[in-house]
Amino acid sequence: MFFRLVIQEEPFSVQSETTRIRDFSDKIGGIVTFLGVVRDFNEGNDVQGLFLEHYPGMTEKQIEEIARAAGDRWNVLGITIIHRIGNLSPNDEIVFVGVGSAHRGEAFLACEYIMDYLKTNAAFWKKEESVHGSRWLVTRENDLKAANRWISGSVSSDNEVDN
Amino acid sequence: MIRVLLFSRLREELNSSVIEIPACGISNVSCLVEKLEDSQGKAWGCLLKGENILVSVNQILVHDDHYINDGDEVAFFPPVTGG
Repeated sequence: MFFRLVIQEEPFSVQSETTRIRDFSDKIGGIVTFLGVVRDFNEGNDVQGLFLEHYPGMTEKQIEEIARAAGDRWNVLGITIIHRIGNLSPNDEIVFVGVGSAHRGEAFLACEYIMDYLKTNAAFWKKEESVHGSRWLVTRENDLKAANRWISGSVSSDNEVDN
Repeated sequence: MIRVLLFSRLREELNSSVIEIPACGISNVSCLVEKLEDSQGKAWGCLLKGENILVSVNQILVHDDHYINDGDEVAFFPPVTGG
């Protein structure tokens, strides 16, 4: 399986990352991508910027574990995860997850699974800058619920949809 | 020595990202927090014992009773908010 993980301050290219997955194998029939961007509004605040911190070493290990678990659960051929750190502005890209598989069903599920766990199980912390000052964000209950769905079995893991 | 790392609001509120303290007499995470409170000040104990604070030893999440050895890297941080 192709696996690419990058944590960086610099912007990334969705097109070149997607192409990199596609070029890995002729067996890939579909690539699902998720792009997270900085909103200009969050919980009543006009967001002016975001600062992202991580734990070098541990964050990478946690993401590798998330990708490995996704690869064990679904028949995927390629996974790319890019996460930005440092200072970001509204509309900047924060995170990219791309999953290639033979059929779309498994790529959709694996991509969503990876994002749910990136939100709750990878050592990143966001600090939001707004007109009211700055504040460290807290984990959202909905994000925890989203990740727990995969444990409780409320999401099927054997979705096999042809392209 | 034990290497202690702080992240996010803990790093800011305690104005420290990394410190090293002698491993002597420190058997587990709770013990380390007590030593930090003694050597660095009450604010450390107050924040590190706070609700929802996570701790890792050598980059693996653990509970307060997890043992610590000389040379370990111990990190304290709030719940994560990435993605």
